[in-house]
Amino acid sequence: MNIQILKLLSKDARMSAKELSVITGLTEEEVETEIKDMTKEGLIRACKAVIDWEKLDDGYVSALVDLKVTPKPGYGFEDVAKKVARYKEVESVYLLSGVSDLCVIVKCRNFQEVSRFVSKELAVMEGITSTKTQFVMRRYKELDVALDVESNDERGVVSSC
Amino acid sequence: MLNYESVLNNRITEIQPSGIRKFFDIAATMEDVISLGVGEPDFETPWKIRNAAIMSLEGGKTSYTSNRGLAPLREEISAYLRRKYSLSYEPKSEILVTVGGSEAIDAAVRSVVNDGDEVIIPQPSYVCYVPMVLMAGGVPVIIRNKAENDFKLTAAELREKITPKTKAIILPYPSNPTGAIMEKADYEEIEKLISGTDIILISDEIYSELTFNGKHHVSPASVGNLRERTIVINGFSKAFSMTGWRLGYVCAPKEIIAQITKLHQYSIMCAPTTSQYAAITALRDCDMDVEAMIEEYDMRRKLMVYGFNEIGLECREPEGAFYVFPSIQSTGMTSEEFCEKLLEEERVALVPGTAFGECGEGYVRASYCYSTDHIKTAIERTGNFLKNL
Repeated sequence: MNIQILKLLSKDARMSAKELSVITGLTEEEVETEIKDMTKEGLIRACKAVIDWEKLDDGYVSALVDLKVTPKPGYGFEDVAKKVARYKEVESVYLLSGVSDLCVIVKCRNFQEVSRFVSKELAVMEGITSTKTQFVMRRYKELDVALDVESNDERGVVSSC
Repeated sequence: MLNYESVLNNRITEIQPSGIRKFFDIAATMEDVISLGVGEPDFETPWKIRNAAIMSLEGGKTSYTSNRGLAPLREEISAYLRRKYSLSYEPKSEILVTVGGSEAIDAAVRSVVNDGDEVIIPQPSYVCYVPMVLMAGGVPVIIRNKAENDFKLTAAELREKITPKTKAIILPYPSNPTGAIMEKADYEEIEKLISGTDIILISDEIYSELTFNGKHHVSPASVGNLRERTIVINGFSKAFSMTGWRLGYVCAPKEIIAQITKLHQYSIMCAPTTSQYAAITALRDCDMDVEAMIEEYDMRRKLMVYGFNEIGLECREPEGAFYVFPSIQSTGMTSEEFCEKLLEEERVALVPGTAFGECGEGYVRASYCYSTDHIKTAIERTGNFLKNL
């Protein structure tokens, strides 16, 4: 396991083995082996781009759905959480402390699809006692990336300081 | 019509404007230039710091502060210097908050230099030291830092330049533009050489947060008995990405600070109040922000050193600041020719080494205050330029 590689990839997953080797001081082969091993161990799960879907007309709509769940004897919340996670419409599932038990991020093509999914699939699922759906109106920051600011370098071209 | 030549101050009129101004002017007007030429962080000031400034304005903190700076800020500076560099300065009498490191350097020089005093300045280095010494009536004495010494200042080089007229030595480390740092042993050698003299050390440590390869910044004031003769200069611009806030500080024994305070009090009054409030938060609550920036710089530094070597420009691995200083001697061009042609043909802006003193000839300065994509493109284009020579 190599934390430095993980940190670098979490910032920019496009980094090549060559670049990672320059930064970490390992050989390219060592970097590749580390990445392969960490993928096999399930530490690295996927590498995806952060996309500002709002820039597109036919992007996605998302909703945060808070669920209250009756824990199943012997399984707690696991059973419901895992079932919810199986749906293609579900982007993330988290177990929460506080008023709600699970928070589910649902991603669909439009509002109707989200409401249909929540009412037909989640609300009626055994163990789920209530749902509270909150639509995402606008995204400002996602996975450490600010979405509403354009980079604007106001520094000069050259300076001696 | 007034004869301006006769009315203006000779000491100022005799100072030559920077020789590479022409190159800077061309670069500034060109469009679609990809630059590695800027010596200031690309990060915005961490939000916590900006917010502290806003809160201070909302709270109506808009008056002058004490000449020496807000007392809580001086206390934080004192604690920070102790924590980071094992320095010990009394907030009430040994620390003064200034308008950037620049004012601090100027005031430090003026507080010790009498007419005709010699001030030793290692080069290549930041451009302000020579004019500031001249304006104070001093005589700059240049030492050429050498690549084979990793651009450090050595006691042997110093020995050759010290005369009975030597008043002070400027120590600009970590170095802009070479990225050189000085270590404890380097300063111990210098201490052996100057102990028993009255020579003052003016240590410009503005890049102190930016050291790499597990090396930590060493202030000469923390070495042996050098504290009594050292004026430490530091600030917020580089470490906290606060260049536009214009905030620095100077620390020295109280006898020296008392004199610097007079210069500051009569020419400046006090450093900007809003910036001072922001700086308290910078020192108190921003270790994590600084660490993240340093991690990012370190990554870029390694990619850049590798990149320049890969395209055939020999580049040592600098251990401080945010610059690399590759050699362009293999091209047979002068630094200025190289930079002008590179700008013209590939639209890449680098700074000629000669901007930092004649001994910068044969080198160029590249800053890594840019995103990795930007750096990669600039190096790629520089590589194309070299192929077509």
